[in-house]
Amino acid sequence: MKLSWREIKPGAVITESGSSRNLRTGDWRSERPIMDKEKCNKCGMCYIFCPEGTIKETEEGYFEVDLYYCKGCGICAHECPQGAIKMVLEV
Amino acid sequence: MKRVALEGTVAVAEAVRQANVDVIAAYPITPQSHIVERLSEIVASGELDAEFVPVESEHTALSVCIGASACGARAFTATSGPGLALMAEMVFVASSMRLPMVMVLCNRSLSAPLSIWNDHSDAMLVRDSGWIQVFVNNAQEAYDHVFLGYRIGEDHRVLIPYMIHMDGFFLTHAIEPVELVDQEVVDKFLPHYQPLYRLDPSNPITMGAFVMPDQYAEVKKAQDEALKASYQVIVEVWEKWGELTGRFYRPVEGFYLEDAEYAFLSVGSYGDVAQEAVDFLRGKGRKVGLLKLRLWRPFPFEELRKALKGVKALLVIDRAICPGGPGGPVALEVRSAFYNMDGPRVVDFIVGIAGRDTTPEDYVKMFEMAPEFLEKGSEEYIFYGVKE
Repeated sequence: MKLSWREIKPGAVITESGSSRNLRTGDWRSERPIMDKEKCNKCGMCYIFCPEGTIKETEEGYFEVDLYYCKGCGICAHECPQGAIKMVLEV
Repeated sequence: MKRVALEGTVAVAEAVRQANVDVIAAYPITPQSHIVERLSEIVASGELDAEFVPVESEHTALSVCIGASACGARAFTATSGPGLALMAEMVFVASSMRLPMVMVLCNRSLSAPLSIWNDHSDAMLVRDSGWIQVFVNNAQEAYDHVFLGYRIGEDHRVLIPYMIHMDGFFLTHAIEPVELVDQEVVDKFLPHYQPLYRLDPSNPITMGAFVMPDQYAEVKKAQDEALKASYQVIVEVWEKWGELTGRFYRPVEGFYLEDAEYAFLSVGSYGDVAQEAVDFLRGKGRKVGLLKLRLWRPFPFEELRKALKGVKALLVIDRAICPGGPGGPVALEVRSAFYNMDGPRVVDFIVGIAGRDTTPEDYVKMFEMAPEFLEKGSEEYIFYGVKE
């Protein structure tokens, strides 16, 4: 965002609803989750535990991470009962 | 217009009733309690159709007012000293979210030692909170400024909450003559609040959102500019009130300043006592005047400089201390106003801490003490009357 102070609405009110979708929280990530399809048994625990709702089920029943929003917290990797998710440093 | 004898707190409650406030949230604390007690009676008896929220703390009191104002309601709260300290986080939130409301701060010293009495240590705690802040001299002014606070704060050119500093006990508990404004006049002066933005499920918006460092500075700059720009609206609305009621308020008010060599500068109820002393000294032929500083934020730099033109020495009456700092907070402000300019020398008296009695005779004494300090050229404050 590049608003001048003159363009800021009183109280920095946001009049467009749902605008947080535009915020690329993936920028904050220092580690990204890598899913191993070989180990995954499609249980969906990663989907349930993701605090940001960035994990979606694919047509084949696997799960994938939307890296535009994933902050790299690692909860999915911690919770995965199969050890199918690894956190890898962003470079 | 009806002239009646009212306790200061009751006058404030009466103004809140007449201002047709929608939501009142406050927690009792001396010396503010009579305001909220009286308002609970007014709401319970059906004299005012408002939500009275008996909250569990001052932090919640102001949080309720913030929520109410965000929904487009007219909100009111009042507190004192330690209650304000507990409320402090939300004081900054209310102004930064640009939510109009009125708070009466019945000034009381901060603990410790525990004290229920009056000084301005609480006022200075929220000096930089971004509210419009006025100090009133008497119950009439406290009553009037409730209406003025809503009218100014709710103006779309302003959208800033309004804090009325009212000296605890001296003004809250004294019974004074107050001229009540007719309801028709109030209703015309203060129509229903039309918010610029409000929380409404059918038209969702976000208030108080998280802001990253790349825009936080712009939000703060906009807020500061809005507070400075509110000055014009404040003066304009005060003038309009004067036309309606005959009571004209100015950001600063001078007495005998035209030919004064010395002048007292005072905020709050001490102004009326200082006036007695100035009358006495004038009777003795001394060239002394008085300046009452009413508008504390936005600070009236120009009016202050204009009013004090030609004054050689200014005796500032401070009611709070800046421990480890440059003296009293009012003197600090006044010195800044004249920095690098041809202004008066400042003698800074710290007076009446925790409500210690300050009589007209004390002002005469301070007047007599001043030349010695001016001669010494000391920039240090004088803790008046402190036992050595």
